[in-house]
Amino acid sequence: MMDKMMRGGVAALAALAVMAGGTALAQKVKLTAYTALENDQLKIFKDTIEKAVPTVEISWVRDSTGVITARFLAEKANPQADIVLGLSGSSVAAFAKQGLLEPYTPKGAADLKPVFRSGANPETWIGMDAYLSVVCFNTVEGGKKNAPKPMSWKDLTNPAYAGSIVMPNPASSGTGYLTVAAWLQIMGEEAGWKFMDDLHKNVAVYTHSGSAPCVQAAKGERMIGIGVDMRGAREKTAGAPIDLILPKEGAGWEMEVSGIVKGRPNVAAAKLVQDWVASQGANELYGKYYAIVAHPAVKAAPPNYPEGADKAMVKNDLDWMATNRDRILAEWNKRYDGKSAPKN
Amino acid sequence: MALAEATLVKPKASSDDIVMRAGIAVVLILLALFVAAPLWTLLSKSFHNADDKWVGLDNYIRYVSTPALMQSLWNSLWISLLTTAIVVPLAFVYAYALTRAMLPGKALFQAVALIPILAPSLLPAMSMIYLFGNQGMLKQLLGGGEIYGAGGIVASQVFYCFPHVLMILVTALSMADQRLYEAAEALGASRWRIFWTVTLPGARYGLISAIFVCFTLVLTDFGIAKVIGGQFNVLATDVYKQVIGQQNFEMGAVVGLILLAPAVLSFFADRYAQKRQVSLLSARAVPYAPKRQRGRDALLFVFCLVIAGLILVIIGIAGWASLIKRWPYNLSLTLANYDFENFDPTGWGPLWTSLKMAALAAAIGAIAIFTAAWLLEKSRGFHLVRNLVQFLATLPMAVPGLVLGLGYIFFFNSPSNPLNFLYGTLAILVINTMAHFYTVAHVTAVTALKQLDAEFEAVSASLKVPLPVTFVRVTVPICLPAILDIFVYLFANAMTTVSAVIFLYAAETKLASIAVISMDESGFNAAAAAMAMCIVFVSLATRLLHLLLERTVLAKLQRWRKR
Repeated sequence: MMDKMMRGGVAALAALAVMAGGTALAQKVKLTAYTALENDQLKIFKDTIEKAVPTVEISWVRDSTGVITARFLAEKANPQADIVLGLSGSSVAAFAKQGLLEPYTPKGAADLKPVFRSGANPETWIGMDAYLSVVCFNTVEGGKKNAPKPMSWKDLTNPAYAGSIVMPNPASSGTGYLTVAAWLQIMGEEAGWKFMDDLHKNVAVYTHSGSAPCVQAAKGERMIGIGVDMRGAREKTAGAPIDLILPKEGAGWEMEVSGIVKGRPNVAAAKLVQDWVASQGANELYGKYYAIVAHPAVKAAPPNYPEGADKAMVKNDLDWMATNRDRILAEWNKRYDGKSAPKN
Repeated sequence: MALAEATLVKPKASSDDIVMRAGIAVVLILLALFVAAPLWTLLSKSFHNADDKWVGLDNYIRYVSTPALMQSLWNSLWISLLTTAIVVPLAFVYAYALTRAMLPGKALFQAVALIPILAPSLLPAMSMIYLFGNQGMLKQLLGGGEIYGAGGIVASQVFYCFPHVLMILVTALSMADQRLYEAAEALGASRWRIFWTVTLPGARYGLISAIFVCFTLVLTDFGIAKVIGGQFNVLATDVYKQVIGQQNFEMGAVVGLILLAPAVLSFFADRYAQKRQVSLLSARAVPYAPKRQRGRDALLFVFCLVIAGLILVIIGIAGWASLIKRWPYNLSLTLANYDFENFDPTGWGPLWTSLKMAALAAAIGAIAIFTAAWLLEKSRGFHLVRNLVQFLATLPMAVPGLVLGLGYIFFFNSPSNPLNFLYGTLAILVINTMAHFYTVAHVTAVTALKQLDAEFEAVSASLKVPLPVTFVRVTVPICLPAILDIFVYLFANAMTTVSAVIFLYAAETKLASIAVISMDESGFNAAAAAMAMCIVFVSLATRLLHLLLERTVLAKLQRWRKR
C-alpha cells in the first residue's frame, strides 16, 4: 500500500517537473536557422547566441552552401527557416532580391564596414566575415625551375608555369566560383574568358575543393595554388615553403551573412539574433575562424596572413554573382572541363 | 471447372507452410523496398526534369550531346579493358603457382595477395602519388610523364582488383581432375600442350568470371579516379560531380544508368558461364595433386615474390606516409597525422561510426540474410513469390554501389515517402550496406543450406516439431561457420565501402572511408592515409579474429563432420 502511494507520489512529482520544464521551455522561442557554417563551429555559435539572447533557442539545419541554398529556394512558398545565419552572401543576396527576407537594420549596423551591409534601407542582410582567394607560391619549387614569383593574375599566364598551377573547379567549389567571378568582374567578360583560356594552358588540375590547391603548393606537388586564404596561412605557419600573394588586380572574395526570413511567426526574436550578429562580440567569435570580419575594431588576421587583404578585396557584386552563376558555370564547363588527360 | 478440380487435389498448406510463406512475403517486401524501389525511382528520375515533369529521353539526348560526358564513357571503357588485360594474366599465373606448383610459403603468398581487400580503393591511389607524384620517390622512372590521369588510375586499379580476380582463379584452378592429366601424359603430350588443352579449358569459366568481375570493379570504382584521376574524367566521378557538385540529379541518374548497363551485361554473361560450369566435374573425379618441376617452380616462386613484394610496398608506403611530418620537406616521423581532430571536425568519430555501422550491418545482415535464404530453400510451393525473392536477392550483385546509393537518395529523400525519416540516419547506411552486399552473403547461405539433408525437416515434421524450432536448434548450429563467413564478409565490406554511402551519410554519420575521401579532398593527404591505415588495421584484426575462431571454437563445434 505504502509502496503504491510512493509510486503515485513519484509519478505526480514527475508530471509536475515535466510541466514546469514545459513552461520554462515555452518562454524560449525556438528559431530554426539554416546554415553552412562548419560543423565544429555550430555548438559554440549556438551557445554564444543563446547566452547573448537568452529568450531564444537555436536549432540548426546545416548542409553545404549549394544544398542549403537549393533547399531554401525549394521551400520559399512555405519557408521553414526563421533565419539564415552563416550562408554565402551571393545566395542570401539572391533571397533578398526575390523578396524572401524581412528588412531590418540591427543595432550597431552603422559601425560595420560598408561592404558587409546589404546597402538597402532597412538592411536586408548583414555580413559576418569574408574569405579571399589568394595565390600560394612554393618558393622551393619555383627556385628549382627558376620561375619568378607571380605578382598579378596576368603573371600566371607566363609559360614558365606550364603545368604548375592548380585551382579549384568552380562548379564544385565556392572558392573556385568566387575566383572566376572576380576575374570576370575586374577584367570584363571578354578579357576574363581570354585570360582563363591562357591560364588554362598552365593549369595542371582543377580540384574539387578550395582548400586543396594551397596544400598541393605547400607540399610542392605543384608550384602554384589558387585557393582559400586561411588554408594557405595555416600551411605556411606549419612550415611550408610558400608565399601568399594578393594579386595586384585585386582578390576575389565571398562573405558569410545573416538574414531574417519573411513570413515566419518569430520575426521579433529573429531580430534580436540579428542584433547579435552585428555586435562586436559576435565579430570576435567570427575572428577565431576568419581573417576578415565585418567589425572594423576586431583585428583577426592569423599568423602569416598576407598584409593588406582588406584593400585587395575587389569590388564584388553579389547579386551579379548569384544571377549569373549557372551561365558562367555552363560556359566554364564547356571550355575547360573534360579534357582527356592532363598536360605535362 | 478444371481449375476447381485442380485446387481440390492440391495438398493443404500446413501451419509450417503458412509460417514460412508469411516469412517469405516479409522478405519480398523488404527486398522490394530496399532494392527494387530505389532502382525504379532512379530509372524514373532519368526521364524527368528538375521540376519532376516527364521529359522523355531529353536527359539522355543532353547526355549524348555533351562531348565531355561522352568522353568519360569512352575513358571508363578503355581503362577498364586495359586493367582487365593486365590483372587477369598476372592473377592467373599467381593462382597457377598457388594451386599447381610446389612452392614454399604458399599460405603466406596467398595471405599477402589478399591484403588489398582490407583497404579502401583510395589507398593504392594515395600510395601511387607518394611514389610517382610530382614529388614522388620514383618520379624519375616516369621519364617526365605524369601519374595523374589514366596511368595512375590503371596502376592503382591493378592493385585493387588483383585479390578479387585471384580468389576466383584460385577456386577455378583448384578444381581439376587428376585423371585428365594422367591420360594426357600417357598419350605423350608435352607440358605446353597439356597446359593449352587441359589446364586452360578447365579454368575457362573461372577466367570468364574473373574478366567480368575485374571489368565491372574498375568501371564502377570511384575512389581511385577521384584521388589520382586528375583531369581524366570517368563515369563514376561524373556521377559524383553531377550530383554533389552541381546538384544536377537528373543527369546523375542518367550517368548512373549508363554505368549500370555494362555491369548488368557482365553479370548475366557471368551467370551464364557459371551455369555451364556445373557439369564440369563428375563424382568420380580424382583431385589434382601438384608435382615438383624444378625450373617451373623456381620461376613461379620468383614471380610470386615480386608480386607479393609490390603489394607489401604499396601498403607499406601508405603506412609510412601516414607517419611523416611534412612530405616532402620534413621526413621525420610523427603520430600527429592520427590526431584527426586537427583535420576534420569529426575527429576519430568516423572510425567509431564505421565500426558501429559495420557491426550492425554484419550482425543484422548475417541473421536476416541467412534466415531469408533458409525460408527460400526449405519452403514449398508459393513459386511466383519465391522466384521474385530469388531474383531480387541476386540483383544487387549487378548494381554498382554508386548507382544503388543514388537510387536511395531519390527514393528515401522524397518528402512524400513515409520512410523519409530514415534519411540521414545510421539506419539507412546499415540497410544500404546489407542491400549492396546481399548477393554474395545470400549465395554463401544457400550453399551451406544445400549441403544439409532435407531429412532434417522431414524428421522434425514427423516429430511434430515446428520448422522454426528445427531452424534454431539444428540448422543454425550446423551452419554456424557459414553464418560467421557472412558476418565477416559484410563487416569487411562495410568498413571499406565508399561508393554506395557517399551520397547517404549525414554530418553525424560520416564513415571512416568517407573521411579518407574528404580529408584527401581538402589536401590533408597524410591524415587521409592515416585513416585508411586505421581501416586496414580494423579489417586485419577482424580477419585474424575470424581465423582464430575458426581454428578453435568452430573446429570443436564442427568435429562431428569428421568421423
